[in-house]
Amino acid sequence: MSILVDEDTRVVVQGITGGEGKFHTEQMIEYGTNVVAGTSPGKGGQEVAGVPVYDTVEEAVEAEDADASVVFVPPAFAADAIFEALDTDLDLVVAITEGIPTQDMAKVNKRLDEVDTRLQGPNCPGIITPGESKLGILPGNIFSEGNVGLVSRSGTLTYQVVDSLTQRGIGQTTAIGIGGDPIIGTSFIDALELFENDPDTDAVVMCGEIGGEDEEEAAAYIAEHMDTPVAGFIAGRTAPPGKRMGHAGAIVSGSGTGTAASKIDALNDAGVPVGDTPEEVADDVEDLL
Amino acid sequence: MRLHEYQAKDVFADAGVPTPPSALATTVDEAVEHAEEIGYPVAVKAQVHVGGRGKAGGIKLVENAEEAREAADAILGMDLKGYHVDKVLVEGAVDFKNELYVGITMDRGEGKPVAMVSTQGGVNIEEVAAENPEAIAREHIDPAFGMHPYQARKAVYDAGVPKAVARDVASVLTTLYDLWENNDASDAEINPLMITEDDEVIAADAVLNVDDDALFRHPDLAEMEDEAAEDALEAKANEYGFDYVRLDGNVGIIGNGAGLVMTTLDLVDYYGGKPANFLDIGGGAKAERVVNALDMVFSDDNVDAVVFNIFGGITRGDEVAKGINEALGQFDEIPKPVVVRLAGTNAEEGREILNDELVTVEETLEGAVQRTVEYAEDEQ
Repeated sequence: MSILVDEDTRVVVQGITGGEGKFHTEQMIEYGTNVVAGTSPGKGGQEVAGVPVYDTVEEAVEAEDADASVVFVPPAFAADAIFEALDTDLDLVVAITEGIPTQDMAKVNKRLDEVDTRLQGPNCPGIITPGESKLGILPGNIFSEGNVGLVSRSGTLTYQVVDSLTQRGIGQTTAIGIGGDPIIGTSFIDALELFENDPDTDAVVMCGEIGGEDEEEAAAYIAEHMDTPVAGFIAGRTAPPGKRMGHAGAIVSGSGTGTAASKIDALNDAGVPVGDTPEEVADDVEDLL
Repeated sequence: MRLHEYQAKDVFADAGVPTPPSALATTVDEAVEHAEEIGYPVAVKAQVHVGGRGKAGGIKLVENAEEAREAADAILGMDLKGYHVDKVLVEGAVDFKNELYVGITMDRGEGKPVAMVSTQGGVNIEEVAAENPEAIAREHIDPAFGMHPYQARKAVYDAGVPKAVARDVASVLTTLYDLWENNDASDAEINPLMITEDDEVIAADAVLNVDDDALFRHPDLAEMEDEAAEDALEAKANEYGFDYVRLDGNVGIIGNGAGLVMTTLDLVDYYGGKPANFLDIGGGAKAERVVNALDMVFSDDNVDAVVFNIFGGITRGDEVAKGINEALGQFDEIPKPVVVRLAGTNAEEGREILNDELVTVEETLEGAVQRTVEYAEDEQ
């Protein structure tokens, strides 16, 4: 079992003819992802990596009976690409694109209230169910099949933690990167709920970072609704207020909200151990299992 | 991107927000000339990107030419919380009976813009928000429709703005929302919005921060970026296209991915060192980017040792290693010790390629950070 994606997930790649789109389509297919179509306006009828290209997402979904899309469209056009995907009956849209204007995402966010499709990201590495399917840019070789779910706001930090787990023989059900932007489609709570309801996930790792209050809200959710144990990590303990630490969302406001300390306290209060180092997170997971 | 007050005021005035008469000066004579034209009293205001300018001595109210000269002379060239002042805004002082706060920002928790109004203007609004949150009326806005006029009226009534000016304040708020949207702002604020004895409303300050990710569709705003207002190294980072933040420690940090770089900073602190910077070189690690990153960190005089932490995902460790060798090969002498930690795809091959004479290679993140902290201590 897993969450959101598995070997049967039929995937459309939006922006498949671009450099990133093409490269990662090849990587996804090599990993075993069932990529059934790509889209690129004006390039319908072509093929990329053996995958048929359509002009619109609607055509691609209808012709190939797709369930999910991955968005590799450049930031200026990415919100439009997401709107296009949300207007079809896809179950899941994974937006990899970094640098989408926040006001565009506010409009997308409003649309999400009106449709059943789930958005993951943007500015995220994607999602992987080891041994079955990956949607996005995650390096498949560091993941292994197992019983730990992982949800994270950051890409390479996810890899770091997964690497520590895999090297100890602890595999993963699914790993999901929710993205480092201020407005994202799938929150920590959404992902935690999915893991809680997945019978094969025996423990969850949650990697947060400074900025916003999502981790605090997730802590309250864990305390109230979760039986599956959770181990946590928070990046940005040393970040000064008012400075954006790479991610658009990773900023401690002048009034002191969004600090690492507030997030760590909230998680500890919810019974979640928070490691000081990525290795300590792996230790915590071993203890929880 | 932050606009200076004088730039934001131009944008606000163009949109129809009432602002006092003002003019920008870069010399003392120019400032006095503007003050004479505007008529006393005037405020002489430092144009730098720091909050609390008034308390720090960056804003002075003057009554005559002599005082204007003294004030401009004191403020121009001063160091205000680490920022050099090279321009002042000379502005007609407003005789007011009340000071309000109005602002538009993105409420990330709700994923929607929010309009805020308070009768407690003129002070740090974040302090008001922390100590007395009910003193700020909030109205969330549907970004698909924009702000309905009734929402502006509601926020103004909820905040308890005096009836005599409610209509005008609501009108300013609607204008502020429109300019926030039209300029892809992250924040648009007027603090204080002054109410005069004659019940006129005037924006005595203006804050406009623009979403960096949206600058591509606002070339006019992008041109307003004042590079002199930035830290020299941060300006250089902009040029190289790095996410960089300068800190005050002595351990230089280079890595890929915001979360992992933040974690590396945290570990430096955890093992007793002090981070000198946050530097995310992003995906890939072509030799040129590696050279630029090392150049950035080496040009910070505070740096005593550098940790280079790359988790190769799609990027292969052997390619990164070649980039590092090539980069360090360009220096006659490596100015500061460099510790490299490679992990992920082809990390082992990468470690074999790295030249031990140029760098110290560590296998684990924790090990690399501890080693770098030791080097930094030894160098001191």
